[in-house]
Amino acid sequence: MTRPTSPTKTRAGVTRRQLLQGSAAVAGAGVGSGILGAPMIWAQNIKDVTLTQVGPSYSVIADICEKASADLGFKIVPQTAETTQLMAKVVNQPETVDIADFEFWGLQKVYRAGNLQPVDISKIKLWGEMTPLMRDGKNFDGADLSRQGTLPFEVLYTDSAESTAFATGATDLATVMPTIYNADTLGIRPDLTGREITSWAELFNPEFKGKTALVNIPSIGIMDAAMALEARGDLTYGDKGNMTKEEIDKTIDALIALKKDGQFRAFWSTFDESVNLMAAGEVVIQSMWSPAVTAVKSRGINCVYQGLSQGYRGWGLGMGLMRHLEGIKLEAAYEYLNWYLTGWQGAFIARQGYYSSVPTTAMADLSENERGYWYEGKPATEDIMDPYGNIMDKAGASRDGGSFEQRMGNIACWNAVMDEDRYMIQRWNEFIAS
Amino acid sequence: MSGRSSPSGGSLAPYLQVAPLAFLMITMVGIPLLTVVLLSFWEFDGIAVYPAFTWANYKEVLSSPVTLSLFLSTLKYALMTLIATTVVGFTCSYFLVFHVRDLRVQIALFLLCTIPFWTSNVIRMVSWIPFLGREGLFNSLLMQAGIIDQPLDILLYSDFAVVLTYIHLFTLFMIVPIFNSMAKINPNLIEAARDAGASGWQILWGVIVPLSKTGIALGSIFVVTLVMGDFFVVRVMSGGQSASVVSAMKNNIDQLYYPVASAMAVLLIIVVLLMVTAILRVVDIRSELAR
Repeated sequence: MTRPTSPTKTRAGVTRRQLLQGSAAVAGAGVGSGILGAPMIWAQNIKDVTLTQVGPSYSVIADICEKASADLGFKIVPQTAETTQLMAKVVNQPETVDIADFEFWGLQKVYRAGNLQPVDISKIKLWGEMTPLMRDGKNFDGADLSRQGTLPFEVLYTDSAESTAFATGATDLATVMPTIYNADTLGIRPDLTGREITSWAELFNPEFKGKTALVNIPSIGIMDAAMALEARGDLTYGDKGNMTKEEIDKTIDALIALKKDGQFRAFWSTFDESVNLMAAGEVVIQSMWSPAVTAVKSRGINCVYQGLSQGYRGWGLGMGLMRHLEGIKLEAAYEYLNWYLTGWQGAFIARQGYYSSVPTTAMADLSENERGYWYEGKPATEDIMDPYGNIMDKAGASRDGGSFEQRMGNIACWNAVMDEDRYMIQRWNEFIAS
Repeated sequence: MSGRSSPSGGSLAPYLQVAPLAFLMITMVGIPLLTVVLLSFWEFDGIAVYPAFTWANYKEVLSSPVTLSLFLSTLKYALMTLIATTVVGFTCSYFLVFHVRDLRVQIALFLLCTIPFWTSNVIRMVSWIPFLGREGLFNSLLMQAGIIDQPLDILLYSDFAVVLTYIHLFTLFMIVPIFNSMAKINPNLIEAARDAGASGWQILWGVIVPLSKTGIALGSIFVVTLVMGDFFVVRVMSGGQSASVVSAMKNNIDQLYYPVASAMAVLLIIVVLLMVTAILRVVDIRSELAR
């Protein structure tokens, strides 16, 4: 790893540009050597490296890339693409991506295209600190996590650099480096529901007829529906994340009947649609992402990400290295991956409700109040700000569902791609068109 | 145009004249279209496509009951929009051509019609949402006036909202061609009809409507093709509650199911072509335009 070229040599040339970049490289080296214990490598050229990171808007965030570019001395260009677009890019135009932020279900779908190279775990300094939820597929108490859907562990490892299949257990090669994850549930407007909501079944409760919404991403929408149908006792599933044809039929038929009854107000496809539906009072209970709830709250509207008795729907993301990365670009990518786990990014995304794959560093980077609110389930001692400095919760409030362990420990199923995916999409189209 | 010999006399000139458009059409329309047709016959395994001939994609599309209901619902939107835009377009043009005497006022009013087009389609569409919503402007207005005591849910995220938006977006495409053919009507014809004792309605039905046919047909082609190819308006204004042919295509594309989406695209092209042919059968646009 250690290269003879010292980073300070960049200061020998004294043009202004070099000086600026040199100092950035030194700052990066500070991070590299100080925190990670590895000196900066190939410092003379690494400042010319540009890495394009592509992924969903809630993961690839310009502020994070800017901070990383400043810390590391090379440029990281953020480019947002929802998982569906990212899959298409990685399969059809792999050269346009350097680092891909994959949701695990997207990874499950396209890893076999062979356009990603595995992450060498020995080069990830904090891999040992990583939460067992991701690294080992185990709950905090060592018990197995729910395997309904795509448990990240199942798609996290591969056997060799050439393999396009997933390994059955942990190996030295990871398909991606886990970054963020969360436990998803339903968002509600407590001022409009008028009573306590404790079950997924409420999504299909006739009491809220015309005031509910479901996410129109087939693979996720059908799982939220399955959680609700199971909670109502209408159906029981072997695996909600991998339904049989018969289970898909029953689920879609039930959904079509509900739609005909006027249960749904809308099916949203984008983040802002879900925010507006909730903020405008069009719906009172719906599928939602955590930052969408944050966004509604920041507008001063009472919105709760309600923990429910049947548990959460979990999801996660990992950073994948594209196959074409090599030499100095690959080294730079590893630097970036390592930087990602050092805390700044973890603290940033914690403020929008997500957890970091290395919680210890993220927690260290949060203030005591924030740590208590986001991770420990304690009431806030002062106002809680979102990542952009808007007040999103008042002092005294505490997070839905409690602490990190309580929320992530209570996952009922994971976002997934089903074996019968094609059939499911066809039936989902039928549901929407009905 | 036809029949006249080229003034420059060179036999190459006409080819050079069409060359830029031909080049654009072949590279930007022809080749992509060919790719779509090819893709619709290829095999795929969920992520990758193989150049091996198969009917499977068409079989999947044609055997699914969803396809028919998608086409029916899209056709329903197209028909409703067509009727509304024709009525609005015709009356608007009629007013502009026959009631506004001053040419300058006429042009000024015509330009007024285009004002909504100074902003983007998306903005014009999205601006309906706060207006029509449950807690929106229109509902609060009605409630304050005491006309209703429960907000009307049907205003937003419904077929009504979708068609309303289409009408708002596409009426101009109807006004322009109808205005154009009406403006070409010789005023003497109308005077002659009046002298011959025709009533106002008879003039309208016997003279103006037949002579505006070209405009109506052209406008219809615009409106029908625009509605048939849309997915964004349907998705946003129906709140995802309704699907169109293209929105189902988009669901397939999102999951990388390109060949199935291509098969649907080919089907859509065929249906739209049939519709346009039908319109052209009713009105011979070529001869009317040359008039």
